Amino acid sequence: MASRAKQVANGIIGGPMSDAPAEQAAVLKLAGITKRFGALLANHAINLDLYPGEIVALLGENGAGKTTLMNILFGHYVADEGTVQIATPGGELRPLAQGSPQAALKAGIGMVHQHFTLAENLTGIDNILLGTRSLFSPFASKRSARARLEKIMRDSGLTVDLDTRVSRLSVGEQQRIEILKALYRDARVLVLDEPTAVLTPQESENLFQTLRSLADEGLSIVFISHKMAEVLSASDRVAVLRHGELVADLPTKACDRNMLADIMVGRHLEPEARMEVDKGPPLLKLSGISTGHGRDALHNVSLEVHGGEILGLAGVSGNGQGALARIISGLELPRSGSMEIDGRRLKPAPRTVMREGLVRIPEDRHRDGIVGEMTVAENLVIEDVRSKAFQSFGFLDFSAIEERAEEAIEAYDIRCPGGGAVARLLSGGNIQKIILARTLDKEPKVVLAAQPTRGLDIGATEDVHRRLFEARARGAAILLISEDLDELFQMSGRIAVIHRGKVSPPREAAGLNRSQVGLMMAGQESEDAT
Amino acid sequence: MIEILDILVNPNFWAAAIRIATPLIFGVLGALICERSGVLNLGIEGIFTAGAMAGWMAVWLGADLWTGVAVAAAVGGVFGLLHAILTVPFGLSQHVSGIGVTLFATSLSYFAYRTALPDVSSPPRITPFQPLDIEGFSDLPFIGAALFQQTPLTFLALFLVLAVAFILNRTPLGFAIRAVGDNPAAVEAQGLSVFGLRVGAVIVGSALMAIGGAFLTMSAFDAFFFGMVNGRGWICIALVVFASWRPGKALLGALLFGAFDAFQVRLQTEVGAFVPGQVFLMLPYLLSIFALVAAARKADYPRALLKPYFKGQR
Amino acid sequence: MIRFEPREYVSTRRVIGAPVFAALIALALAAIPIWSAGADIATAYVLMVNGAIGSVFAISELLARATPLILTGLAAAVAFRAKLWNIGGEGQLYAGALAAVAVGSGSLALPSYALIPAVLVAGALAGAAVMLVPTLLKVKLGADEVVTTLLLNFVILLIVQMMLEGPMQDPMGMGWPQSEPVLEEAMLPQLIARMRVHAGLIVALLAAVFAAILMRRTVWGFEIRAVGANPSAARHAGIPVTATFVRVGLLSGAFAGLAGVGEVAGLKGYLTADLSPGFGYAGIVVAMLAGLSPLGVVIAAIFVAGVFVGADSMSRALGVSSYLADLVVAMSLLCVLISGLFVRYHVRIGGSRATD
Repeated sequence: MASRAKQVANGIIGGPMSDAPAEQAAVLKLAGITKRFGALLANHAINLDLYPGEIVALLGENGAGKTTLMNILFGHYVADEGTVQIATPGGELRPLAQGSPQAALKAGIGMVHQHFTLAENLTGIDNILLGTRSLFSPFASKRSARARLEKIMRDSGLTVDLDTRVSRLSVGEQQRIEILKALYRDARVLVLDEPTAVLTPQESENLFQTLRSLADEGLSIVFISHKMAEVLSASDRVAVLRHGELVADLPTKACDRNMLADIMVGRHLEPEARMEVDKGPPLLKLSGISTGHGRDALHNVSLEVHGGEILGLAGVSGNGQGALARIISGLELPRSGSMEIDGRRLKPAPRTVMREGLVRIPEDRHRDGIVGEMTVAENLVIEDVRSKAFQSFGFLDFSAIEERAEEAIEAYDIRCPGGGAVARLLSGGNIQKIILARTLDKEPKVVLAAQPTRGLDIGATEDVHRRLFEARARGAAILLISEDLDELFQMSGRIAVIHRGKVSPPREAAGLNRSQVGLMMAGQESEDAT
Repeated sequence: MIEILDILVNPNFWAAAIRIATPLIFGVLGALICERSGVLNLGIEGIFTAGAMAGWMAVWLGADLWTGVAVAAAVGGVFGLLHAILTVPFGLSQHVSGIGVTLFATSLSYFAYRTALPDVSSPPRITPFQPLDIEGFSDLPFIGAALFQQTPLTFLALFLVLAVAFILNRTPLGFAIRAVGDNPAAVEAQGLSVFGLRVGAVIVGSALMAIGGAFLTMSAFDAFFFGMVNGRGWICIALVVFASWRPGKALLGALLFGAFDAFQVRLQTEVGAFVPGQVFLMLPYLLSIFALVAAARKADYPRALLKPYFKGQR
Repeated sequence: MIRFEPREYVSTRRVIGAPVFAALIALALAAIPIWSAGADIATAYVLMVNGAIGSVFAISELLARATPLILTGLAAAVAFRAKLWNIGGEGQLYAGALAAVAVGSGSLALPSYALIPAVLVAGALAGAAVMLVPTLLKVKLGADEVVTTLLLNFVILLIVQMMLEGPMQDPMGMGWPQSEPVLEEAMLPQLIARMRVHAGLIVALLAAVFAAILMRRTVWGFEIRAVGANPSAARHAGIPVTATFVRVGLLSGAFAGLAGVGEVAGLKGYLTADLSPGFGYAGIVVAMLAGLSPLGVVIAAIFVAGVFVGADSMSRALGVSSYLADLVVAMSLLCVLISGLFVRYHVRIGGSRATD
């Protein structure tokens, strides 16, 4: 172990050849892949080989370059330097034409993207067959295709109704369609980008069982992840990316959690201690909220968040978190039920909830958080532009706005050329800092933080966590909606679980463990309630 | 009341309705194909004009009628290509590009017409398409009489409704077009070209729009007038929403529209003495707005409509 | 393949230069139709320039033509800034003209200093009222405003025709469909004696300054820009999106309505159904050439007016159809659209291969 740790400093741990099954030839060979986006070096001289029948985990933080690498492999991006070679069915390595998904498909590479690439207005089978037949063939009998697919489904255990419109399938079923797409095209390499991000822990387990049986049949699998647990349990080999470089390539059995964390982050992380703060009065109170229909509905949701506490709301994405956040944000009226802030019942509207001291960190910060075409300064005051501080008689007070921008840029360490810079050009972390500055600086009573660290790197994530702790210390009631169990356990005093629009009663985080929460996320009431 | 019934059971009335509906059928189908692939084509009004002018001009210069139709379609396709290049690889605003194509196609048609015919006082005429007489068919009661008066272009329009419906719902090409209008990434991930599908759909859709225009100068009338398209293109854009992007419903919408328009013409002769004629002329536009408003709430827009797709861009 | 790489920094020179370049390209492209019409290209250009700026008379004509274009350009510019696609400038212009005639042709007996403002206000209100309908249909019922504003153009033109053949017809007009003349007291004064340029130009310039201040310096302008750039984030931030759309719609319609007032009360003196040769549509081109900047609209309107006036004059001399002007204006729109690409992106043409 110690010698390995020493190697970290010297470069790549392991290395492409060190632990490879020597008797087998590689099915895929990435050599010297480099990709830049403007000033950002997303991939730097990456070498990676893949052998038949193995499952490789590609581990790394958000922004480490994992997705970029796989998009190069699949032809969505073109590498600035380097080559991709893939073996013919005969086993001979041939260079793969870059920038062409069609070439990648033909060569036997299948990819399951994090955001599914499915046409929701077509059925499963029509999605699978898309692009597999000549566009101009007048008749499209699906009989033989269906027979083949049914065999593939039987063999792999990936069963799904092929004749349902994709928009009506669950997320797990949609993922199965995605994998079937690759298998139907006789993929020999299957790449999955963050495949468990949208699944419950139990669904994830099933997925990895399926992948294992596919690998046993000879399929080579790469899955991208930043979750240590699944990397350790499901892969044969781990490749770790950090800041665009491959920093380790190791057999999984030689790894443990701490070691991988060190390699991934480049330094050892001390888990932040949960400070205990005295719980104050309930500042946010939801009673019997119901709304919507289908997957984005809420059923009789009641919840109290107290001053000085962080209440974590766990759940797999798409179980009603969106509707709940919209109602608390005032963007949508519930069908029934009521909402109180600090004892005052109100009719939710963005303006009203803000006036009562509730601030919101939206889930999709690019869509709901900032106006990308406007400046950093304008985005910092956008919620308060009508307040006396920034206008008189309807005319903007530019010096006050500028002053406010300078102050916030300084206090929140927003990295930008200045208040006049266009917000769209900032990184995700700095955009989140704009939102933190304009919300938390108001000394809010209630903070709604929806997926506040999604897509951020470790540094920015820590910053968000610190700011939320500070707000809690000042007595704010914080509702933290997250899919990241690590984050929830690290931040929350109490945890509730949302499943199919129903919210479980919150329980002390200290008395809970991950598997209990995982079961509840899958819709099972945990039995050991005490 | 009796009079209204009299109008509705008169085959001549339905013949007029179908005649009015024909250019709209071409236009709605064309707009529908573009939009199903994810591209709004507001060039339609200008492409109608260009098709009307080009088809007529070809025949006037000596081509036969079907060659004229082909010329119109080709000209429409070229303007479609222009719109497609601006909106698909360049990803420019589909609204503004479409308006630009309309202004361009309209002014170019007028300019070309005036340049070719600098000093004619009354527009020259061609021999237009004649009603198609199919043995036995025209003897059918009512339907025969309504359809008997139609020219081959009307039958082409009706055939195209079936063809477009079949292609969209039954063939790999149709699935690909519907998919690219819903989620272009899905199409690219399956190795198909978003660019090719969208550009192709806009070209073909625009060609159909142009044939709709050609119907005006080569079947409904026998000459080209300035301003003769008169908002028909915009009406088609409204009808597509009304038709929920389905060819069958598009036909229904166009026929309803044609029936209403024919009805107001009949009504005008009845009560024209008491109500100014413009009130009747306004009705089609108001009806289109009404149809759009009625359908807008539950409209199931193609998800990728108006959204440009850039391959490999972050 | 062509690739676009977004620019991190866009220089002001590029932002201003691109539309100028586009306009020049469009003008140059006019050589093709001029040539195809059999005219001498060099002579045609000389005649066009002379016709646009070659004399005091020409410049007066140019400014008279620019006046409605500034206003319809502003109508499009403020609306497009909020991504409210008002393509109905033509109809709103006619509504404004109709209201100007209704108020200014004898129904109100007021002295000039009161009647002129009354006519202007009436025209602006009429234009605003017409645009209110599609705006409300959009925000309340989700009906696409592009189609509704376009279709309303036809409806309003028919209403105008109906009025001109009916209640508002000039009894002295020998049965022609034209309105009673606007009273002398209601006419906008001429700026140069015996020339057609009139005080409507001052109104248009003031409107441009007003719009510039509104968009840049006020809370409403801030909200309009936010709603246009990202309605979802604007709503989240508590900006009243619906009210903002309504405000923009009213303002946009009012500008177009004022354009109609200027045409009847500044130029023609009465209303006919062919009052506007498409000023509403040309306003869209003006706004796009101006990059939606209100002050830029003034310059772009003068350019477009120059094309119209110059081409008219050239066409009279050489017999090239005056539709050439519409053609150049349409091509300017397409060119400026494309030039926008070069402002926002590095455009890389050639292989999808790596840079080597």
